Amino acid sequence: MVSIDVWNADVDFPIFDAKSRSMKKAVLGKTGGKIGTESKVPIIEALRDINLSLRHGDRVALVGHNGAGKSTLLRLLSGIYEPTRGSSRVEGKVAPVFDLGVGMDPEISGRENIIIRGLFLGMSRKQMEDRIDDIAEFTELENYLSMPLRTYSTGMRVRLALGVVTSIDPEILVLDEGIGAVDAEFLDKAKSRLNELVKRSGMLVFASHSDEFLAELCSTAIWMEKGRIKEHGPLREVLTHYKGKDPFENLSPQAKARMQQEQASTATIGSNEG
Amino acid sequence: MLLAVNPTATARATVGTLHNVQATSTTDQTETHAAAPVTARSRSWRRVFDDISRAAHQRQLWAHLGWQDVKQRYRRSVLGPLWITISMGVTATGLGLLYSTIFNMDASEYVPYMTVGFIIWYFISGCLISGTDVFIQNEGMIKQLPAPISIYVFRTVWREFLLFLHNLVIYFAILAIFQPDLKWTFFSVFPALLLLLVNAGWVVLLFGIVSTRFRDIPPVVSSFMQLLFFMSPIVWPMSALEANAGPRAWLAQINPIYHYVDIVRSPLLGSDQDLYHWLIVLAITVGGWALALLMMRNYRARVSYWV
Repeated sequence: MVSIDVWNADVDFPIFDAKSRSMKKAVLGKTGGKIGTESKVPIIEALRDINLSLRHGDRVALVGHNGAGKSTLLRLLSGIYEPTRGSSRVEGKVAPVFDLGVGMDPEISGRENIIIRGLFLGMSRKQMEDRIDDIAEFTELENYLSMPLRTYSTGMRVRLALGVVTSIDPEILVLDEGIGAVDAEFLDKAKSRLNELVKRSGMLVFASHSDEFLAELCSTAIWMEKGRIKEHGPLREVLTHYKGKDPFENLSPQAKARMQQEQASTATIGSNEG
Repeated sequence: MLLAVNPTATARATVGTLHNVQATSTTDQTETHAAAPVTARSRSWRRVFDDISRAAHQRQLWAHLGWQDVKQRYRRSVLGPLWITISMGVTATGLGLLYSTIFNMDASEYVPYMTVGFIIWYFISGCLISGTDVFIQNEGMIKQLPAPISIYVFRTVWREFLLFLHNLVIYFAILAIFQPDLKWTFFSVFPALLLLLVNAGWVVLLFGIVSTRFRDIPPVVSSFMQLLFFMSPIVWPMSALEANAGPRAWLAQINPIYHYVDIVRSPLLGSDQDLYHWLIVLAITVGGWALALLMMRNYRARVSYWV
């Protein structure tokens, strides 16, 4: 059973190389977490009192200002950070995609990079070898795959990374923004693959500033502010409160219809659980 | 409903009204939210062994990364990792000829002694030095992927072992050239190597955790390495020290490196062994692992915060 539970979780980062004296501006306006000064080592209070319970089928959008704790929350939900106080439990195979470049070695071939990246995302070598043809076709890199990665252009690297990421079968998919930097034609292709990936995965948590992307992939939303969950509810409602206006006014009718359909289905799931 | 796990959380729950604020905004979530399990705390032995066993199951990953590390160093060179073997051979030949003259010893006795010592030393010093930055080096991955931290320990130990195997080729060359008469005790080299590997595990783990928190440890360790090398009986034979230092020779005995080197070197050279080296190594193994596991229990979850 795929699930993420978080109970009263705090995440505090100790900053060892900063002098506490110079960090005495206790609160930093809108950006950045609160900086505590009680102990000797300055602490960034990145997350405070997080309570969450996500189940199979949840498609959660994560919104908030820069430094509101979105990325930290994604890492908490992936199991990379364990809470400093409180507790969390993640059940299921997590595939976090924060940085498309991580685990990529410029000196080895594209093909080898595909396998390493897949191993990191919890796949076996055999599973990845079976998918190489599919990835080669999708990325349109075919012959280039035997070349070392350093010969690739930025766009080609993104293609490769996207190809690998969208070929896996994750139980929990955790996406951070920054999926871009490819030509428009390819992006369309990537979008449909991304959609398929989301459908395959048991759960999605997606942090992004793009309303369009969120509307397409998510049904509920979490609004983070200063390390706390400010609001958690249906996507449209939360986004309306966050932006101060309804972001979906100008959305195409098809997208609206699809969204309503999805929200209805998640509502029934919710009532069953309750 | 929201049962707090640890005392600090309980205290805060009773003090603040924050939880009520939370509850209103996540109404339907709190309904189905199960009570926090006691087993979910970060500092537990269960999590330590869970971490190690999950890492052991991801053998494909760390084995691949370890081998990749070795290949990486000799990327685009024609001979590749063979250079590891060659440079060991050059060192053995050069130093062997020079020092056998200095110590006035027979080359057929001295060269194998020094070479084997060197091969073992490279493994030990490799583990100590790369242990200090095992987590610092893998910062990117630790922050991006929810992998057990032991994976990076396995990767490092495996890499150092592969380098060791490359150097070991020189030992077989030595065997062919000098033909030392090996005894049946040769077979004790296998448990000795196993012990060496097991010790590499705790050294990398312990030094890794401590150095990630205190970044002064890596330079401290590397500055002591050279001293440690000259203090260990690798280029000089223990007999030379005993002959000259008399009762003060015990000073060399307190150096744990000596015992590790001896349990592997003696069977490889067919020389006599003393049981007490094994006992000391076993005791350090047990103590070291106990310490490393304790550190891991307490700070495993902190590593991703510290890197």
